[in-house]
Amino acid sequence: MNNLLLLLVVMLTAIALVFAGWGIGAWISPRSYNPLKEEAYECGVPTRGRSWMQFKAGYYLFAILFLMFDVEAVFLFPWAVVVREMGINGLLSVLFFLVVLILGLAYAWKKGALEWK
Amino acid sequence: MFDFSVATAWIDQGLRNVMSPAWAITVECVLIGVALLAVYAIMALILILAERKVCAAFQCRLGPNRVGPWGSIQTVADMIKILTKEIISIRHVDNFLYNLAPFIVILGSLLAFACIPFAKGLQALDFNVGIFFMIAASSMGIVGILLAGWSSNNKFSLIGAMRSGAQMISYELSIGLSILTMVVLSGTMQISEIVERQDQLWFLFKGHVPALVAFVIYLIAGTAETNRGPFDLPEAESELTAGYHTEYSGMHFGFYYVAEFVNMFIVASIATTLFLGGWMPLHIPGLDEFNRVMDLIPSVIWFFGKSALMVFVIMWFKWTFPRLRIDQLLTLEWKYLLPLNLLNLLVMVVIVVTGWHF
Repeated sequence: MNNLLLLLVVMLTAIALVFAGWGIGAWISPRSYNPLKEEAYECGVPTRGRSWMQFKAGYYLFAILFLMFDVEAVFLFPWAVVVREMGINGLLSVLFFLVVLILGLAYAWKKGALEWK
Repeated sequence: MFDFSVATAWIDQGLRNVMSPAWAITVECVLIGVALLAVYAIMALILILAERKVCAAFQCRLGPNRVGPWGSIQTVADMIKILTKEIISIRHVDNFLYNLAPFIVILGSLLAFACIPFAKGLQALDFNVGIFFMIAASSMGIVGILLAGWSSNNKFSLIGAMRSGAQMISYELSIGLSILTMVVLSGTMQISEIVERQDQLWFLFKGHVPALVAFVIYLIAGTAETNRGPFDLPEAESELTAGYHTEYSGMHFGFYYVAEFVNMFIVASIATTLFLGGWMPLHIPGLDEFNRVMDLIPSVIWFFGKSALMVFVIMWFKWTFPRLRIDQLLTLEWKYLLPLNLLNLLVMVVIVVTGWHF
């Protein structure tokens, strides 16, 4: 059978699973109303301030670094499949690409982007 | 070795004999969906029971032992119970994203689950970029977790989701690079092809040192990817109540729980497929008698046996090591595993190009 059709079937199955579980849950579970139930579950005292706020920049730095290396991995996968046929030439040409990236990591390391502050 | 594609072809032929081709394909699609759902749910139930039993054994307890023989249907009872729990709606949440998040988490884990080669010919999705698709699908879960934490409007959820995001994207790199190392050795990305190429020797032995290093890195990164201990700080109970799913209740929470356990199985089965030969029996070149005896054991048993071993190792990690701090966690990934992984990749390429592997 066609692979893309199967992909669609699997996605629909996942959506059906969540709808079914949720539907059955909502259907057979009891329901009661209490204004306190709707509050955020934090510490028992009323919540102060909003939770949608600016957040620590450290996470952002790691996300940027991740983006760099993940895109690199995307480029390397097709190369990895054919590296056996390409031999030494393929190795040398990608080595240059990798060295640039490793220099990038070394720079980030030197600048202290990898320290958690 | 029994080939399951014979059985599926037989069902296909049978259906085409009694109805038109379009109807046959529709019925087959429904059958595949139902079969996937059944295996997914049963897998989650077995894994939750296994986790509780293994945890109990490590702590010198008995674990669940009242419902059914050796507590074997305890998790079924738990699932029925969680279905009867109220799904509480919170006032200040972002409703659309809050309800969307479980869909994404389940979608990611089911897509990756469909790629697993359970036995010869028993695999729902077999793309020519299979292993790459599998990484892509399983990393969709991060989006669901981040959405859950952000939309809950709860500070515990937000901190848990941010930690989870930082941890999962960091360890995603190690997973990607160690899989890349094995793709270099196998020379293909199609999962069934990868398994077929291990008929002489499993890749763990074939690629000797670099494959072994990649295997260890994959296990560490895979454990971190599933948010399990010692990397469980996104849901560290003593600090964050329940992390990103604090505000979820009833079956809404159940989805995260199920997806977490099935993700553990997916990690174990990728490790099995890439390093331990998938459903391929243990073959030693030169010992033909031994190989013939090993061929008598069905491929399903080989696959599930190896995956169960891997699952046990991941559970073993959880009950042995203390939880890491977030700076230690990121240091481990970025300063140790990533440089080691890049070096390992180069060693593997040199070995493959010069033909030093077995």
